[in-house]
Amino acid sequence: MRISTLFYTLKQGFRNIFRNKLFSLASIATIAACLFLFGIFYAIVANFQHIVKNAEEGVSVWVFFDEGIEDIRIQQIGDMIAKRPEVAKMDFISAEQAWEGFKDEYLGEYGDGFTENPLENSANYQVYLNDVSMQSALVTYLESIDGVRMVNRSELVATTLTGVNALIAYVSAGIIAILLAVSIFLISNTVAIGISVRREEINIMKYIGATDFFVRSPFVVEGIMIGLIGAALPLGFIYTIYNVVLAYVMERFPQLSELLSFVPAADVFHVLIPVSLGLGVGIGFLGSMVTVRRHLRV
Amino acid sequence: MAVKKRRRSPAVENEIINLTNVSKAYSTGAPALKDVNLHISRGEFVFIVGDSGSGKSTLIKLLLRELTISSGYINVMGYDLSKIKHRKIPKFRRNLGIVFQDFRLLKDRNVYENVAFAQRIIQKSNKEIKKNVPSILAIVGLAGKYKAKPRQLSGGEQQRVALARALVNQPTILLADEPTGNLDPKNSWEIMKLLEQINENGTTVIVVTHNREIVNAMQKRVVTLKRGVIISDEEKGGYIDED
Repeated sequence: MRISTLFYTLKQGFRNIFRNKLFSLASIATIAACLFLFGIFYAIVANFQHIVKNAEEGVSVWVFFDEGIEDIRIQQIGDMIAKRPEVAKMDFISAEQAWEGFKDEYLGEYGDGFTENPLENSANYQVYLNDVSMQSALVTYLESIDGVRMVNRSELVATTLTGVNALIAYVSAGIIAILLAVSIFLISNTVAIGISVRREEINIMKYIGATDFFVRSPFVVEGIMIGLIGAALPLGFIYTIYNVVLAYVMERFPQLSELLSFVPAADVFHVLIPVSLGLGVGIGFLGSMVTVRRHLRV
Repeated sequence: MAVKKRRRSPAVENEIINLTNVSKAYSTGAPALKDVNLHISRGEFVFIVGDSGSGKSTLIKLLLRELTISSGYINVMGYDLSKIKHRKIPKFRRNLGIVFQDFRLLKDRNVYENVAFAQRIIQKSNKEIKKNVPSILAIVGLAGKYKAKPRQLSGGEQQRVALARALVNQPTILLADEPTGNLDPKNSWEIMKLLEQINENGTTVIVVTHNREIVNAMQKRVVTLKRGVIISDEEKGGYIDED
């Protein structure tokens, strides 16, 4: 392709946006509406996942050892646990640390009356998981290790968090499917309008001897531009809304912000910007290709 | 009127359009063209005439390769149009200049851009476009209106733009489908004079028309179609009354 043809194609693509203002506006609005819904939904899901992940990180399993076990065996058991892929981190709590912690939490100054450590056999590993749904498998493994007396866990918390995770996955899939269906419906309607506007122009180009590529290129440039604008507008809007809502929640419900931590806008938009722009460009590209393709057989 | 049958020239190598036993039937089954034999040599000026439904438009669409034949053989400028690949069609069409009754200009572009558009398609440089477009606009008498949009022009002027667009790439064949259909007699004659001038410069010109007066006055080859069949093919012919 000649450089002058390339510039011509780009120029025509940009000019097409202004030539067909109504169509361009309708297309931008359609893409913006779809990506706005997607962005809002993503921000909500990202926060849900963040909250659940935080809760998961707090779920641990306690591994207690047989009475009189040697320190070297405790070390070996620790090495075995650390090798497990589902283990995020683990801490060793000695019998003394366990007693100190218990005293601090439940007995206070009354604990000073004890001369011996009542929790002498309570040295343990506190094991945190990457994925709480793997808790059962890990516990089965831990119980099979020679030298392990007992494994404590909170099955209710693990089951609840696994259930919440599954629920988020199902709801996400459902809402994404609905959004996708709505987007396709809206975009196909907009494209149908585009076809009627462009039919004559495409026919003329083809009669004169334009190749499919030459006919298609300005429309594709136009589609990509519309897609980019259609993606950028809701991104800006969602960014503003997100920060305002976050600031409002922090201010009005400080107790909530102590319990839950929200994903910072930068983290949400780190993913949302490339995904939305990619979707916008993709929708614009495919929309324009489909629009023109139907009329290239002239 | 005495019908003079045209004899085929033995100079087949000079033949630029060859339709042999061409038939075209639409999906409804109704035949649009039946067993048509038409041979046109380089540099000829040919009128295709006939009533509505006679098959004139179908013939033009076959020559443009907008439609494919149902049976027979069609060759235009060495391209076998029944076998040509889709990707080769643009290259084939670049050797054709096309003028329509309804002008078919790009309404949102001015005169210069409409004509330059045809040059862009064949990837002419900006320098060549700047030289060729004003030159062709001068030939059709629109040098002073290059900035005007189609809606600012009269019918005759719009047809001149269409003609300029068709000619700017120096086509081998110029196909004009009812070029005077939307024009008054004065503009019609001006367009026909331009077509004659183009033909004198070596371009093969094929004009589909209903305009009896022009056909009779110009004394060119006339091919008459009726219900998809060529009923007459005369050198220096006239418009045949079908009654």
